[in-house]
Amino acid sequence: MDIADFFDTFFEEAEELLSDMEQHLLELDVDDPDSEQLNAIFRAAHSIKGGAGTFGFTVLQKTTHILENLLDYARKGELTLRADLVDTFLEAKDIMHEQLDAYRSEEEPNQEAFERICHTLQQIALDEIGEKLDGPAIPAAESKASPGQSENGTEAKSSEEKVVNGQLLVALLNVEDKDRILLVEELEQLGEVQSQSGDTKRYEVILKSSDSADDIEAVMCFIIEPDQIEITAVEGVAVESATPEAEAPPPATPAPQTPAENTVSKASPAKAAAKEKPKKAAAESSSIRVSVDKVDQIINLVGELIITQSMLDQTVSDLEDQSVGNSSLQNGMSLLQRNARDLQEAVMSIRMIPMEFVFSRFPRVVRDTAGKLGKEIELITEGKSTELDKSLVERITDPLTHLVRNSLDHGVEMPDVREAIGKPRTGKLTLSARHQGGNILIEVRDDGAGMDRDRLLAKARENGLNVSDTMSDEEVFQLIFAPGFSTANEVTDVSGRGVGMDVVKRNIQSMGGRVEIQSKLGEGTNTRIVLPLTLAILDGMSIKVGGETFILPLSTVLESLQPSKDDMYAMAGDDVVIKVRDEYLPVIAIHEVLNVENAITDPTKSIAVIVQGEGRRYAMLVDELIGQQQVVVKNLEDNYRKVPGISAATILGDGSVALILDITGLHRLSRYKKEAGKKVVNNQNLSIFKEAEPS
Amino acid sequence: MSQANSGAVLAAEAENREFLVFSLGDEEYAIDILKVQEIRGYENVTRIANAPDFIKGVTNLRGVIVPIVDLRIKFHFDKVEYGGQTVVIVVNVADRVVGIVVDGVSDVMTLTPDQIKPAPEFGVTLSSDFLSGLGSLDDRMLVLVDIDKLLTSDEMALVESTSNR
Repeated sequence: MDIADFFDTFFEEAEELLSDMEQHLLELDVDDPDSEQLNAIFRAAHSIKGGAGTFGFTVLQKTTHILENLLDYARKGELTLRADLVDTFLEAKDIMHEQLDAYRSEEEPNQEAFERICHTLQQIALDEIGEKLDGPAIPAAESKASPGQSENGTEAKSSEEKVVNGQLLVALLNVEDKDRILLVEELEQLGEVQSQSGDTKRYEVILKSSDSADDIEAVMCFIIEPDQIEITAVEGVAVESATPEAEAPPPATPAPQTPAENTVSKASPAKAAAKEKPKKAAAESSSIRVSVDKVDQIINLVGELIITQSMLDQTVSDLEDQSVGNSSLQNGMSLLQRNARDLQEAVMSIRMIPMEFVFSRFPRVVRDTAGKLGKEIELITEGKSTELDKSLVERITDPLTHLVRNSLDHGVEMPDVREAIGKPRTGKLTLSARHQGGNILIEVRDDGAGMDRDRLLAKARENGLNVSDTMSDEEVFQLIFAPGFSTANEVTDVSGRGVGMDVVKRNIQSMGGRVEIQSKLGEGTNTRIVLPLTLAILDGMSIKVGGETFILPLSTVLESLQPSKDDMYAMAGDDVVIKVRDEYLPVIAIHEVLNVENAITDPTKSIAVIVQGEGRRYAMLVDELIGQQQVVVKNLEDNYRKVPGISAATILGDGSVALILDITGLHRLSRYKKEAGKKVVNNQNLSIFKEAEPS
Repeated sequence: MSQANSGAVLAAEAENREFLVFSLGDEEYAIDILKVQEIRGYENVTRIANAPDFIKGVTNLRGVIVPIVDLRIKFHFDKVEYGGQTVVIVVNVADRVVGIVVDGVSDVMTLTPDQIKPAPEFGVTLSSDFLSGLGSLDDRMLVLVDIDKLLTSDEMALVESTSNR
């Protein structure tokens, strides 16, 4: 097996460790740091260093090494933490992440960033604890850290300072005679053994060697456990052999302060490691890492099973109609149906991961953004354990980040302003996730200034949008999602939530979700994202046009009605709009757009389904509504190209394929067709805002 | 892979290729057998609006949505009929699964390199770019189609052209 096979495991692990590290750093109380947390941060750095060393990622290894040293001082209380130090650590973590990404894509990491962060970290080491070091911290960076070394990282640092005169005291604890002889032989290979004495419990060897203590320990650890060995530097020859057991308090060695301390500190991380290990083991046994492909495959197969089951179901009910039904067959069918549903749910849940994965990045985002803006923000997250399909989790992160930034930037006021209007200085930003029916509801709430309706309307008019004073608040707030809205000039902090919001909305809609905004001037804004639970299954409304069956995503369907002649108005010759409760909606005749034969062409004989897509409403003319059903979404682009007006395909109960309609795509397609037919030259008329309902 | 005659020389055997022979009208065509995933009947095709006429639509192949191309329409045959004998050859090209409709599948042939002649320049319907040669077998002539190139070509409109990606 090639070592490269382990790369992915390392990358994933390191990524997890880095996010752990970030989380702990963010949670860290600078004034009274929790030693458990410091240890956890240190261990994360140490583990990454070890892995990086093993795989030869030197840049990452060196960066981690320096950081690790600093963290070691911090957890031993020799380095007093300050907010700016934590910031630097976070920056180092970011750079390590970049380095990791670089290695992952088989590139060399950014040397400049590496040097800069190393320098910064070393500077901290010099400034903060310089006097405590025997030598400058810089050489520490260059020394090679041995990857195979134990959980105990302290020697790495200590030994480098200790090889001053090349004399080391190697103490072997509780080592059996035959192993000891072997070890001493090993030591002889590494350097000159000057004296040896002791018994099985503690055997001391004075070694003159040019190798670092790390290297020696690494060699020894092939034979014995790391805690059976103690390496200290010797100054002169005066070394007392009266040293206690490994876990015992500081040895009474007259050796200088630093090495002695190192001996002590050795025990604590070893203990911490011992404590940590069972925890890790438990976590490993309760979860396994599976590639998404495999899970997708299972989900597909289960989807197939469901389809087969409904095919059988249909056949059985046909038999029943012919009264040749067999009750045991029917019982079997209903059992199969139930089991298949359960299986489907269970399999779908494999892909579910808690929202925590998304939320965990926000403390950092909030911290950074708030810091930049000079605002004080308290972040509250609710419903971290709410589960969401993994494919959605990955895609929701960006829009959510955008909303959070917007809230911080435009929503929450500056501390002074808040105080002046009687609010607490610290603004509150709440991220919450919860289930609501078949959907998941994600909210970004702030207690900031809220949105100014009048201002939005004024702004919209300025931008040439079609608005009226009678629009509902919700509709007014939705204006911020209009493309280009508020990009024209600087918008005040009251209303300017527009930059890139159209992208946010589009992203969420592409996931089959929608965005709602509730806002009260002076009290805050609540942006709600409603998402389907999964992308793989969709609630659909099956419709018939001509002889063909299509699926409309149920989330887009608002209502359906039978249009009467009086409600239909012709516009500019070819275009038709329909009046539905004071609203004029563009009409899309599916049979025209998709060239369906034998369809009903008389609108008054067909059914108008009112649908909503990308914030606009349309009336789709269909022949017949068949009913609602859950469909398994199948990708069309895997084997074919993207089809305009069609978002995906699905398989119906009879095994045939039905296409899932893409509402905005259909609208675009219908315009394009009409345009091609009419050869409209004046493209200005087709500007996106003109498409909105005329009023 | 090769099940060549016992008389064939080993070295030559490696060069021999197996082809699936199918008919379009009265003509005989052949594609590399290794591209063929399965052969099935023609049924249940869901039409795709605004697609070229030779793309019959998509069908469900055990949960995978597969486009179906009628080569007879593509090659401008006069007689395009669908019946019990109409066959769909499911091929696997460029990580995609595509079904091609043909009039019938006759057999699997092993061709030695000297039985494969270079394809002459053709007319407009079938560019010789999409041919890997002409196979001669006694008095039969097989048109060896480079199915990879054909199905991934821009004119098939099966894959988004590379420039759009």
